[in-house]
Amino acid sequence: MSKQATRDAYGLALVELGKENENVVVLDADLSKSTKTCNFKEAYPERFFNMGIAEQNLLGTAAGLAASGKIPFASSFAVFAVGRAYDQIRNSIAYPKLNVKIAATHAGITVGEDGGSHQMIEDIALMRALPNMTVIVPADGVETRAAILAAAEYKGPVYIRLGRSKVETIFDENYKFRLGKGVVVKEGTDVTLVACGIMVEVAMRAAEMLAEDNISAAVVNISTIKPIDTALISKMAEQTGAVVTCEEHNIIGGLASAVAEVLVEKCPVPMERVGVEDKFGQSGQPDELLKAYGLTAENIAEKAKAAIGRKA
Amino acid sequence: MDEHAIKELKEMAKIIRRDIVEMIGEAKSGHPGGSLSAADIVTYLYFSEMNIDPLEPKWKERDRFVLSKGHAAPVLYAALAHRGFFPKESLYTLRKIGSNLQGHPDMNKVPGVDMSTGSLGTGISAAVGMALAGKLDKANYRVFALLGDGELQEGQVWEAAMAAAHYKLDNLIAFVDNNGLQIDGNVEDVMSPAPIGAKFEAFGWFVQEIDGHDFNAIAEAMKAAKAQKERPSVIVAHTVKGKGVSFMENQASWHGSAPSAEQVAIAKEELK
Repeated sequence: MSKQATRDAYGLALVELGKENENVVVLDADLSKSTKTCNFKEAYPERFFNMGIAEQNLLGTAAGLAASGKIPFASSFAVFAVGRAYDQIRNSIAYPKLNVKIAATHAGITVGEDGGSHQMIEDIALMRALPNMTVIVPADGVETRAAILAAAEYKGPVYIRLGRSKVETIFDENYKFRLGKGVVVKEGTDVTLVACGIMVEVAMRAAEMLAEDNISAAVVNISTIKPIDTALISKMAEQTGAVVTCEEHNIIGGLASAVAEVLVEKCPVPMERVGVEDKFGQSGQPDELLKAYGLTAENIAEKAKAAIGRKA
Repeated sequence: MDEHAIKELKEMAKIIRRDIVEMIGEAKSGHPGGSLSAADIVTYLYFSEMNIDPLEPKWKERDRFVLSKGHAAPVLYAALAHRGFFPKESLYTLRKIGSNLQGHPDMNKVPGVDMSTGSLGTGISAAVGMALAGKLDKANYRVFALLGDGELQEGQVWEAAMAAAHYKLDNLIAFVDNNGLQIDGNVEDVMSPAPIGAKFEAFGWFVQEIDGHDFNAIAEAMKAAKAQKERPSVIVAHTVKGKGVSFMENQASWHGSAPSAEQVAIAKEELK
């Protein structure tokens, strides 16, 4: 398997989009080399706007561009794009349902050495609670490219959560991304591991570990967290009778909450959560942090067994 | 401007002021003070300046207006209604459940509203985005924005001001409705944004200071602003909060409270 950071795939997809659609414009807040919007800047300098270190105006300006028929992709680190400019996203983008794509990189604890101040762990929660907002967390570079192209096609606000670190490429070039649809990455009968983002690959490894213990785990990639694929999640819950959610996000408000909402209404089964357990991140190497915060295949496998143990 | 044109604008501003008082009275809530202070500026824009078509509110080449001080929605609604964007009768649905006329402007509900606003400081950024789009499209439209003086306390305004100058947005003309009052009292006492003109100048804008109730002054300032090349313009309009209604003038308490039926009657009499 090859490796690619989702932000790198984003940068390449933007250039592709820019060629196809001249209404696509890109804005950044002095992080274009990190968010990879620099690729677009190089290809289409007249459609790239550096807004400086001013995220509120970044998102507000994107809203104005969208109100004038442009398809703006606004980028910064997730902690700034969402945290600093929440009000602008809420009132200038989501409320008027403007066609702005917020592509936020450096989400989660795999930001690494920059530490807790820069590790956004509550962005899915904040974006998911906004009416009119679509939330996508791609699992790898292939899905990122597809999601970016789909987001540009879709008319309305979209939040796309991207990462800093390189991740294993799971999907091949034939992968079809459908907005709002989850994907069964691996079939199984005893438990369903519902994952998003970088945790899809970790969940796949957990499924392999569980197989060694004769436990058949299904792995589902829920890359569109909103609108969530209610049909697939309830079907898999019914089929396996237990669910574990896996995300690089606070266990409050993100994928876990979204899945729990589905289960409680459609198919209540035992569910366990793997994620950041309501605490801030810290400096360290991404791999060290994933281990320290329990975002590991071992922990997922353990939680899977716990969920199975709670079956009636 | 010729006297006849000014007389007509004055008459329209009076009608709009009457509507503002009446609709807020009917809604039993709203923001009369800052709507009345901005009435002449908004009247000028909608009845003498802006290139718009009520039959085609989303016309691509139209001039845009962003009411960054979104709480002054009544003045915008009244102007739009009289300009033919929607029936005047609906003005009395302001703030009522099911109405298109929300407490703060909603671009998806009201024909002619170019941007949803209400959270202070956000409108001017949207105006920057619209002006940038105009530049990209080599379009001839202008973007007008109206800010409150209290609103200048929002940091976002200055982020937007920096960006507008940086991108040389000479198609952007902002007004500051400098009525000197905000909810908690005098703007100077709460958190002074002074000197307003010098600040915008330092940010790279072309600055003019005028009497915001003098149509001749507005027209002159507009002419100079439109002649600017490669920099945005701001017109700091000195205004009176509650202008036109004696008991509301210069009273911070009329920022966000509605007049009673008796007070509406008195105000309408004064605005005859």
